Parts: sequence; C-alpha cells; structure tokens
Amino acid sequence: MEIVLTFAIGVLTASGVWLLLRPRTFQVIMGLSLLSYAVNLFIFCTGRLAVDAPPVIAGDGIVDPLQYADPVPQSLVLTAIVIGFATTALFLVVILAARGMTGTDHVDGQERDR
Amino acid sequence: MNAWLRHLPVLPIVVPLITGALLLLFAESRRWPRLLITLIATVTQLAAAVTMIWLTTDSVPDVWSRGIGVYAIGGWQAPFGIVLVVDRLSALMIAVNVTLALAVTVYSIGRWDRMGVHYHSLLQFLLMGLNGAFLTGDLFNLFVFFEILLAASYALLLHGGGPQRTKMALHFIAVNLTAAFAFLIGVAMIYSVVGTLNMAEIAWKWRELPLEDRSIAQAGAAILGIAFLVKAAAFPLNFWLPGAYHAAGAPVAAIFTITTKVGVYAILRAGSLLEDASAPFGGAWLFYIALATMVIGIVGMLASRQLPRLVAFVVILSSGTILAAVGSGEPSMVAPALFYMLGSVFATAAFFMLTGMAERMRTAATDPGDRAATPPPTYTAFSVGEPPDPFAPDDEVGVALPAAMAFLGLAFVCCALLVTGMPPLAGFIAKFALVAAAIDALPSQGGWSREWLLIFVLIAGGLAGLIALMRVGMRLFWSTTGRQTPRLSITEAAPVAFLILMCLAITVAAGPTMTYLDSAAAGLADPQLYIHTVLNLTRGATP
Repeated sequence: MEIVLTFAIGVLTASGVWLLLRPRTFQVIMGLSLLSYAVNLFIFCTGRLAVDAPPVIAGDGIVDPLQYADPVPQSLVLTAIVIGFATTALFLVVILAARGMTGTDHVDGQERDR
Repeated sequence: MNAWLRHLPVLPIVVPLITGALLLLFAESRRWPRLLITLIATVTQLAAAVTMIWLTTDSVPDVWSRGIGVYAIGGWQAPFGIVLVVDRLSALMIAVNVTLALAVTVYSIGRWDRMGVHYHSLLQFLLMGLNGAFLTGDLFNLFVFFEILLAASYALLLHGGGPQRTKMALHFIAVNLTAAFAFLIGVAMIYSVVGTLNMAEIAWKWRELPLEDRSIAQAGAAILGIAFLVKAAAFPLNFWLPGAYHAAGAPVAAIFTITTKVGVYAILRAGSLLEDASAPFGGAWLFYIALATMVIGIVGMLASRQLPRLVAFVVILSSGTILAAVGSGEPSMVAPALFYMLGSVFATAAFFMLTGMAERMRTAATDPGDRAATPPPTYTAFSVGEPPDPFAPDDEVGVALPAAMAFLGLAFVCCALLVTGMPPLAGFIAKFALVAAAIDALPSQGGWSREWLLIFVLIAGGLAGLIALMRVGMRLFWSTTGRQTPRLSITEAAPVAFLILMCLAITVAAGPTMTYLDSAAAGLADPQLYIHTVLNLTRGATP
C-alpha cells in the first residue's frame, strides 16, 4: 500500500508541477489542483497508514494507541482541503476575469511574440 | 482587571474578525456608519497592542510571567490546544501592523474605499490574518492565518479592478498558492517525526530527535523556509513583488509592506526556536540569499522609471537588509535589524500613499492599472449601483489641503531620506546601528570577512536609492510639462504625515526604542524562556 500511495503522490506532484509551468491559465489551475491533491495525500500519510483503525478513541480505561489512527493529520487534511477549495475557487474567478479583460487565456495576458 | 487582561491576546484576532463580518451587514451606500465601526475597531486593536507592549515589559508582574503571555484558546493547555503567545517581538509587530492599518484606513476615506465593494471588511480580515500570524504558537495555525491574510490580500490587490491588476493578481495568487503547498509539505514532514504542531514543543523535542528522523525534520524545516522566503520576497522568489505592488492601489500597497514582514517574522521566530536547524534558519546561505535580494533591490531601483515600481524595489531591499542581518548569525545585529524594519515599514508605506497622490499630478494618466477601461467588476457583480468615477476632479471628501505641492515635496524628501538611510531621520540611525554591529562582528585580527560585504551592500543600497529617487523626484516635481497641482484632502495628507511623524518619533526616542528591541532580540537569542513558559515547564526539564 505504501508503494501505491507513494507513486500516486509522486505522479500527482510531477504532473501538477509540469502543468503549473505551462502558459495557459487552465493548465495552471489544473496543475494547482493536482498539486493540492498530492499535498493532501502527503499530509494524510504522515499519520502512518493504518487499515481498520478509527481515529476517535472510544470507551474509558486503558486503551492501546496502536489500535487507533492518528487523528491530527486527518483534521489537518480537512482544513487544508477547505482552504485549498476556497482559494482555488477564487483563483478560478480571477482567471475568468483575466480572460474577459485581456481576451486571451495566456497567463501574461498576451501571446508571446513569435 | 487582571483577569480581563489575561484575555487580551485574543483581542487582535477577534476584533477584526467580528468587525469584518459586521461591516458586511451595512449597505455599501451607508459609508459613515461603516467608517465609524472600522475606525473604532482599529483604534481598539491599537489600544490592545500598546497594552500588550506595556505588559511584556513586566510592568504588571502578576499578569504575565517574565514578559511572555500565553493564551490557551478554549482553555486547552499547550501542547494539546492551540495557544497564542505574546512576547516582545510579536507585541511590537502587532502594534506596527495596526498603526499602519489605521493610517491606511484614514487614507482610503478619500477615494479608495469607493472603488470597489467591501474594502474595509477585507482590510479587517487582512489585519486578522496578520495579527494571528504574529500571535500564534502553533505551526498549522500559522498556516491558517497565512491563508486568511493571503485570501484578503488577493481581494485587496484586485480592489479597483482593471486588466493590469487582474493580471498581477493572477501571478500573485499562483505564486502564493504554490508557496502554501510548500508550507503544508513542510508542516506535514515536521509533524510526521516530531509528533506535535506546537512550536514550543517542536523546539523542545528538536534536539532529542533520533538521527534517522532528524534528516526528515531538517528537510521539512527547509521546505517550510521556502514558503517563508516567498512571503519575505527573498531572491530568487521575489519576482512577483514589483508587479503586484505596482498594480495595487496606493493604500493596498501601503498595507502590503507589512505582509512581506510576516515572512521575515516567521523566519526570525522559527530560526530562534529551532536552534540547530538547517537552512534557511541556520547556516550561511540565508546571508548570501539576502545579499542577492539586496542587489536585486538596488538594480531594480536604478532601473525603475515609475515611482510605485521604485518603492516596490525599496521593499525588496529592506527585506533583504533585515534577512542579511538575521542571516549573518550575529545576535547583536538582530535589534538594529528590527529598528530598521520599524523605520522602513512606516517609510515605505508612507511612500506608497504619497505615490497615490503624486499620480494625480500628471495631467494624463498613463498607467493602465490606474485607469480601468471597465468599471470595477465587483460593483456590477454585487449590483450596488453605479460606481463613482474615481477620477472625477471634485471627488474629494473633507477639506482640500492648501500648499499641496509643498506638502508633497516635503513628504517626498522625508520618505527618500528615510528609505535611503540618510541623516537625520530613523533610517540613518538604523543603518548606523547595523553598520556598527557589523564592524563589531569583524574578526579582530583583520582580513576579509563577509561582514565587509554586508557593509558594502548596505552603503551601496543607500547611494543607489538616493540616485534613483533624485532622478524620479526631479522628473516629478521640477518638470513643468504635463503637470497639474493635485487637490489633496486632509484625510489623504494626514496619514502620510502621521507615518513620517512616527518615524520621527522613533528617531527622537531611539534610546528607549532600542532598549525595547534589544530585549526583544535577547528573547529570540535565548528561546528557553519562551519554550518553558508556553509548555508550562520548570526550568531544566528535559524531553
């Protein structure tokens, strides 16, 4: 499972960075979205991968922490998703405004001279 | 009384949050109630900040122990809950921030707050993010406050609309989103091995990390540092800055001068807590990066033809100067660097405001960012009526100022003296203190040392700034073609005068200011007190 997750994060990051460096605004926002997925997965796996382990400790008495997943990265991911969602939405609006004002979807607002 | 004072640290976050939300309930046309609420809220924050500075000097010993205030949000003690920590540095930063915000708010009354919607709300949210970033003692919470201040700054940068601003906002958002991802990766890596997000506890456990975890934590700290350096506009991560600050409206650019200092603050704080951390918090290369930043600032100043762009490069130069002083690794240089920061934040902010007024001296506006072809899109989107024409000649509030040209010229000279570090104003004292500290740090047996490099670049920066500003100033004030005397209202001129007077005040009170900054720097040099106070440990405890 570790190998699969590692490859997923790596491929997402690589594609995200490549798209981020492209000149079209749509490519940039796709790149940022892929990067945010990669980062979210990365945060999630810092709590160690565990199957069938609940993050919330139930009951009283002595509990074995090894039976439970780390809840902190899960809450961090939740926050990061919400913030990333909001900023991506804002970025989308700015991209649309830039497209409307400049008449091109180039990130510099004008095509490069060939 | 003391029980209430304990809740003081949360005020600079809660007050702007509530104010920003409250302002949304008022229609855009009801200007005066909105302005009144904004001003009351800003003054309240200023009072809170000044009280916090007063408390950190141990004048009231039973409120905070030894100048560090810890506020556990919701009563959850560190490291389980999120804590706010006030020490001398953060109290000072909040005071600077709110003072600047007060000036910017008053400046915006003239015209800027009508060029788009929700201006004052956004300003308050920006304040909330900035104050929170200065206060928080939790790494992830720092990220959240960074995002709050960034989200507000995106909208503020777009304030007023126009193709130029939209284009620059596009770049600004893309760069800052990428930096936010770097921040998250860094935080996640540090959490994965240290197992905590509380900055004091990270620092406490940092030394005891096993070797195999250590490299991961170091790498995480380095990635975190990249995010901070983007914010602090360090070379080569600063190419977003001149365009964005140039395109932004004058008051927005003025408040943005403090947002670069958040990055500097974060580097100072993290560098203080993580004692033997990797670059950029330790090691030599922050120094050289900072020197490169200064050189970029110098070259950019000389190459700029427009005043706002020139001032943007001054911001880069001042960021570089502070980072170089911090990166030199000499604890004696931190206090002069903080003094320099005080002066340069006020001076560059005043300069940006001055720029907004000087723009109107030209009879034909040539700046595409200033003369929007279309009305600000927010007006149509929120359907709050027709936007006022911001360039209408009689679109002024309050009394027009007599002797406008004399005021502009005098303010220009003061700002130029301040940012280039010429006597007799605060800039000179700061540069003098920096050079003196650098000379003290020279090796006693003589020979080449990298402090020489710093002294050389510092003085070259002053000279280059003087040349560039003289050139622009001559064209601005002495050329007679295509110029008109602008109508200045009191509300625009007073904030500029206020900020310059603040610089004058720290020049006159340089002794007490320096004493305070010395103790702030001493707190950074010895983080044990911070760590022990936050974690509520007895001295000498080991992880």
